[in-house]
Amino acid sequence: MTRSTGDVILNVENVSLRFGGVKAVTDISFDIRKGEIRAIIGPNGAGKTSMLNVINGVYHPQKGTITFKGRVRKAMQPYQAAKSGIARTFQNVALFKGMSTLDNIMSGRYLRMRSNFLWQLFYLGPARDEEIAHRRKVEEIIDFLEIQHVRKVPVGKLPYGLQKRVELGRALAMEPELLLLDEPMAGMNLEEKEDMSRYILDVNHEFGTTIALIEHDMGVVMDLSDRVVVLDYGRKIADGTPSEVKANHAVLAAYLGVAHQEKSR
Amino acid sequence: MSELNQAIENTFPKLILFNARTRGHRPAMRHKDFGIWQSWNWTEAAQFIKALAAGLIGLGAQRDDKIAIIGSNRPYLYWSIAAAQSIGAIPVPLYSDSVADEMAFVLEHAEVRFAIVEDQEQVDKILSVLAKLPALKSILYEEKRGLRDYDHSRLCWLSDLVELGRAALKDKGSTAGLERVIAEGKGSDTAVILYTSGTTGRPKGVMLTYDNLLASARIGIAFDGLTEKDEIIAYLPMAWVGDHVFSYAQAIVAGYCVNCPEKADTIIQDRREIGPTYIFAPPRVFENLLTLTMVRMEDAGRLKRWIFDHFLQVARCWGEKILGGDKVPLLARLHYALGDALVYGPLRNRYGLSNVKVGYTAGEAIGAEIFSYYRSIGVNLKQLYGQTEASVYVTLQPDGEIKPDTVGRPAPSVDIRLAPSGEVEFSGPGVFQGYFKDPEKTAEVKTQDGYVRTGDVGFFDATGHLKIIDRAKDVGRLTHGGLFPPKYIENKLKFYPNIKEAVAFGHARDHVACFINIDPVAVGNWAERNNVTHASYQELAADPRVYEMIAEHVEEVNEALAAEPQMAGARITRFLILPKELDADDGELTRTQKVRRSFITERYASLVKALYDGSAVGEIRTEITFEDGRKGMVEGKIVIRDVTVAPKPGLEAAA
Repeated sequence: MTRSTGDVILNVENVSLRFGGVKAVTDISFDIRKGEIRAIIGPNGAGKTSMLNVINGVYHPQKGTITFKGRVRKAMQPYQAAKSGIARTFQNVALFKGMSTLDNIMSGRYLRMRSNFLWQLFYLGPARDEEIAHRRKVEEIIDFLEIQHVRKVPVGKLPYGLQKRVELGRALAMEPELLLLDEPMAGMNLEEKEDMSRYILDVNHEFGTTIALIEHDMGVVMDLSDRVVVLDYGRKIADGTPSEVKANHAVLAAYLGVAHQEKSR
Repeated sequence: MSELNQAIENTFPKLILFNARTRGHRPAMRHKDFGIWQSWNWTEAAQFIKALAAGLIGLGAQRDDKIAIIGSNRPYLYWSIAAAQSIGAIPVPLYSDSVADEMAFVLEHAEVRFAIVEDQEQVDKILSVLAKLPALKSILYEEKRGLRDYDHSRLCWLSDLVELGRAALKDKGSTAGLERVIAEGKGSDTAVILYTSGTTGRPKGVMLTYDNLLASARIGIAFDGLTEKDEIIAYLPMAWVGDHVFSYAQAIVAGYCVNCPEKADTIIQDRREIGPTYIFAPPRVFENLLTLTMVRMEDAGRLKRWIFDHFLQVARCWGEKILGGDKVPLLARLHYALGDALVYGPLRNRYGLSNVKVGYTAGEAIGAEIFSYYRSIGVNLKQLYGQTEASVYVTLQPDGEIKPDTVGRPAPSVDIRLAPSGEVEFSGPGVFQGYFKDPEKTAEVKTQDGYVRTGDVGFFDATGHLKIIDRAKDVGRLTHGGLFPPKYIENKLKFYPNIKEAVAFGHARDHVACFINIDPVAVGNWAERNNVTHASYQELAADPRVYEMIAEHVEEVNEALAAEPQMAGARITRFLILPKELDADDGELTRTQKVRRSFITERYASLVKALYDGSAVGEIRTEITFEDGRKGMVEGKIVIRDVTVAPKPGLEAAA
């Protein structure tokens, strides 16, 4: 891959997270550079999703700091994370099931709506212009993800693979600088996985979005990511390029079922 | 247009410029993009075409170069055809869903120098076979996405080239040069090479001239009174002669607007939004719409279902007569009018057929019931019989003489004769020049006196309408001497919504047996309603209850066959349901979705053998190809079902 990655956009330093006596994440440090695809892998319960939740402010770590675009945040709220340019998708799709694809993606534009409530109520003046501009952006995303045929279908009626795509669309609607994807390919068949990989690469290439993704499918991780961080029992056990990580003994031990019986496709 | 004008404007580029002068503000093309119908008028179209033509000249394209056009129906691709024709190059549209190998054959055979394609998918396919294509100089693509990091030494974004062309045209000299090149085009020049998908063997490149296509376009326009106010939807493959004539040739001659859908999946919605006045579709499309309606009605409430059934009954009685202008009692008319308000109108609206003044179905035989259904709800659906070699029109059904089982009278200025073997032969202004680089095949098909052998067996009925039975080479004989027309039997089976595809065997055998492909939508819905659980197509296809249902259909077909003295011997005695859908990617269907009989016989030889050796199950193990080219295996035991054929005294002796 000829793509060059830039400065550090997000830096995680010595983060520890406890829930009572359970140590979810212990003393983890890693960074994400601008424009790269950074994978976070590890066996079940390794603390991957907790790590994402720390990054976008759902959980507040007891120790350590998160630096995003040079600003240190200790206890950031999710909406602050969103405002500063971090979007995410969830392991179990979290869409508004009764709303159409279009409306779901439109909801991703909420943070960027400026006109006041009164204008919006009557669909007048600035509210109208703004709505048109947002709709254009949403239509670009629909075109990008090739979901035109379900534009007006309530998402609850869509197959799982498409719902995942709509969720990605909603995250993209925020025009984020950092996109967190929590198992974007879980439960998909091979063809859907290939499609999704294509979209992730295209998002990275076309929009220059930095991506952090959690994924179990090793083939996908090795193909997509520039760098990989490996967690096990809440600790970082490796960090590097896919080929480096693949050759790392600690990773093999954790992953290939020497210590425990994890699947490793 | 006067006759003098017809003689002057004798190529499509000239006609487009003529349209820009005389109806420049009328819409020429629409394309739904970003959720909105974007439109271009004839002036804008002409400017784009000139700019692209100038760009192509700048790239080094010359007269008689072959330029491949690959992609779904998009305005830019239609204009690329016109741009190629402007500089005297010959466009070669390809089926965009072809796999790379199939594409390589055509690209190589046609000696294509430039390819204008839709997106990364097509670029990838061409790049994968680049080694076989020494003549190919550049690939132009419309959709930029995903292609940023590709080596651009032989790739170029279409819009960049158009901009270069626009810049070049600012110079008066090159404008005059382009105009001169356009003026040099003659009616007798080859306008396009259309590769026929070919149910047997490799595709053949049919060369059609401007004269062929213009004559054919004008026949259709005059026949149905088409004007610049008409609207059509272009969604069938651009490489198919039907689309080329309806969405390109006729659109340019009549000046009507061609609408390109947003995506293949949105066509039903898009058609509803546009409300085309003139439509063209293979029977499959009408079958699918009807199946969807019936499936939905099964889930409707009782009152709705009663209203639906009641008024369909009324439509069956009077609908076709009212459409055909026959005498109908006043009371029946009123009853029908009520049905129109409650059922037929809303149905037509659902299908996007509210504004249709004439619709055609062709390519294959349509089920009489399906055909009558659409006519009875007020859609003026007609049949035509055509071939690539004829620039489409061979026969047409005139208004008021519509029959479901014939294909109509010879088209204006087309002459038809029957060879002693029963084979249909035709001549007319649309007759093709020959197959590209294949004089032998041309000689096989074209007679000395200019007639073309269609390869179809047919006869004229008492009213002078042509009736097509089957492909001449397919019509076989059973060992006891009875006639075996496979397609005739298969079509009867396929008219059941549950049966998607059928392949009949019987030539040189003592009885007829067949493979059945169930329709996943219709049967899947039935399974859902009847609590038939299944995890895959294969499992559903093997379910005994599905077998039971299909057996009933087969028995009904047998009854229908028994009613025709010539066909009684061809009743089906055994059948099986295939565990996979027949697919063009596996070579089992052509790109136009026709069954490739000999290939299937070979591939499923073990099953064919089992059909005839009396065994109760057949075994199969075969490779399947996924959309992306990977392979997988299907294997299993397939149950074979016997059908009781009631002997019909008297008829056996006749056969």
